[in-house]
Amino acid sequence: MNPEIAQKIQEMFPSEFVEINEFRNELTVTVKPDRIVEIARFLRDDPSMEFDHLSDIFSVDNSVRSASDAERFEVVYLLNSIPNRHRLRLKAGLREDHCEIDSVYSVWRAAGFLEREVYDLMGIRFRNHPDLRRIFLPEDFDGHPLRKEYPTEGKGWRNTFEFLPTEEPQT
Amino acid sequence: MEFKTPQNPSAGLNETPLHDAEPRPITEDLPLRRSEELLLNLGPQHPATHGVLRVVLELEGEKIIKATPDLGYLHRGVEKLCEGLTYQQIIPHTDRLDYICSMTNNFAYVRAVEKLLGVSIPERGEYVRTIIAEMQRIVGHLFWLGTQSLDIGAMTIFFWTFREREVLLDLFERICGARLTLNYFRVGGVNGDLKPEVILPLRKFIKDFPSKIDEYDRLLMNNRIWISRTKNIAVISAEDAVNFGLTGPTLRGSGVYYDVRKAEPYAAYGKVEWEVPLGSNGDTYDRYWIRMQEMKQSARIITQCLDQLPEGPILTDVPQVVAPPKEKVMQDMQSLIHHFIIFTEGFRPPKGEVYCATEAPKGELGFSIVSDGGPKPYRLKIRSPSFVHLGAFDHMARGYMIADIITIFGTYDVVMGECDR
Repeated sequence: MNPEIAQKIQEMFPSEFVEINEFRNELTVTVKPDRIVEIARFLRDDPSMEFDHLSDIFSVDNSVRSASDAERFEVVYLLNSIPNRHRLRLKAGLREDHCEIDSVYSVWRAAGFLEREVYDLMGIRFRNHPDLRRIFLPEDFDGHPLRKEYPTEGKGWRNTFEFLPTEEPQT
Repeated sequence: MEFKTPQNPSAGLNETPLHDAEPRPITEDLPLRRSEELLLNLGPQHPATHGVLRVVLELEGEKIIKATPDLGYLHRGVEKLCEGLTYQQIIPHTDRLDYICSMTNNFAYVRAVEKLLGVSIPERGEYVRTIIAEMQRIVGHLFWLGTQSLDIGAMTIFFWTFREREVLLDLFERICGARLTLNYFRVGGVNGDLKPEVILPLRKFIKDFPSKIDEYDRLLMNNRIWISRTKNIAVISAEDAVNFGLTGPTLRGSGVYYDVRKAEPYAAYGKVEWEVPLGSNGDTYDRYWIRMQEMKQSARIITQCLDQLPEGPILTDVPQVVAPPKEKVMQDMQSLIHHFIIFTEGFRPPKGEVYCATEAPKGELGFSIVSDGGPKPYRLKIRSPSFVHLGAFDHMARGYMIADIITIFGTYDVVMGECDR
């Protein structure tokens, strides 16, 4: 689509840059998570980038599709530039024992709710987020349902219902 | 025991007058006013919250100083469910996201899958899709207009808009057999062709429709109550609107020229003439005006599409993805096996990640699909406009009166089905 964007990120943040990928005309840039706010601010403010619109933030649990446990989660930022009419997918991989990343709320305020959703469903913590609470599930909910180990039927609470037979009836 | 009757029966009544003859004098040291924040819970069971939105309001007198939306009352875990379904099985689930505009959800989803697969759609299919999507936009905007005016206090307009909406829903019923949860789009095209018994009434409807919009305008445009309840309510500047990620009429009301149909033309939008209406003040009245103009533009798009509608197939010819027609399945063996494979095993798109945005009536509806090469999506994320819009709710509600809160929900055209997913 526009490989100059990736080159420029690589020039500006050589130590943070991991890889660039293109699929179906979509540019994906993977970076390290440590300086994500600086990168985000650069992408928003640089006149050749001008990614002023944050479309979406979501996260992927890689534990099933990749063999290595090095970076279990990834946080994906979908950026859109209304004046320049281009899009970018920015990714940052996170380790399971340290699944924390800085919040980009100070750059795009749309991140407020989107990061809360990621925290709620995937359990990734966002540092310096003004109000990091669960957004869909109740406060006392156990676990993060979009993680791959979480069963689709739910777990725990259901089995405490008295009207569900816990054992096979004896004949 | 002896009863003592009073000499004057009405004397007792006069002793305790109903109200003070002289009001108590207001003195400086008497604390008549005190200021205290009031926490008020609104919803989730409230007729004007368009479903089950709960908002906790902090009030100072009648003024809102903080509004905290509490979501999740309609959370069904669609994204998690989708990880266990094949690509075609997800289409009916998307109907239940934004249940007012099911066709647009179907459209957004199948577009994302087609982008992942890299298949293209025959021209007639693209035109049919455009017509259906614009019909759905009219339905969505009519629904918004009716409920918003009902919430604000104008009853008549609700019946008028539902009268027109009913015509379109009847047409949907003729097209695909359902009225609300339509499940009409397929990966690679649409489920059925537009027949003359649909096209003729649609043409008639579209011909009359602009005059119907003028009728609504006559009721509202110069209506004093409507103007005073929508002008300068829920104002957001263009800069803030972009920063909060708003899209659709909510963003265009602030004067930002962004419409996915123009920015990245898809289907037949690049082949027809139409304009993007823009507001200037960024208030509810501008958004109302934009939605009225968009309905006129939709009518324009439909008319041109019907005129240009080419002949040809409506489903693409990619046997790995599209099942053979039913008549063939009933007659020959290979087609039956093919049908069976498509519906039991599904298809396997290549490894990769795509994001595909579509302009829904409410804003940019996007589906992100992460594929690991299997028949089911590894991860599916729905970017729903209502959810992102509610992120700006607190910012837009502060400083307004409590009576305006209903207008402020309504201004986004929020549907909790797609917000909570």
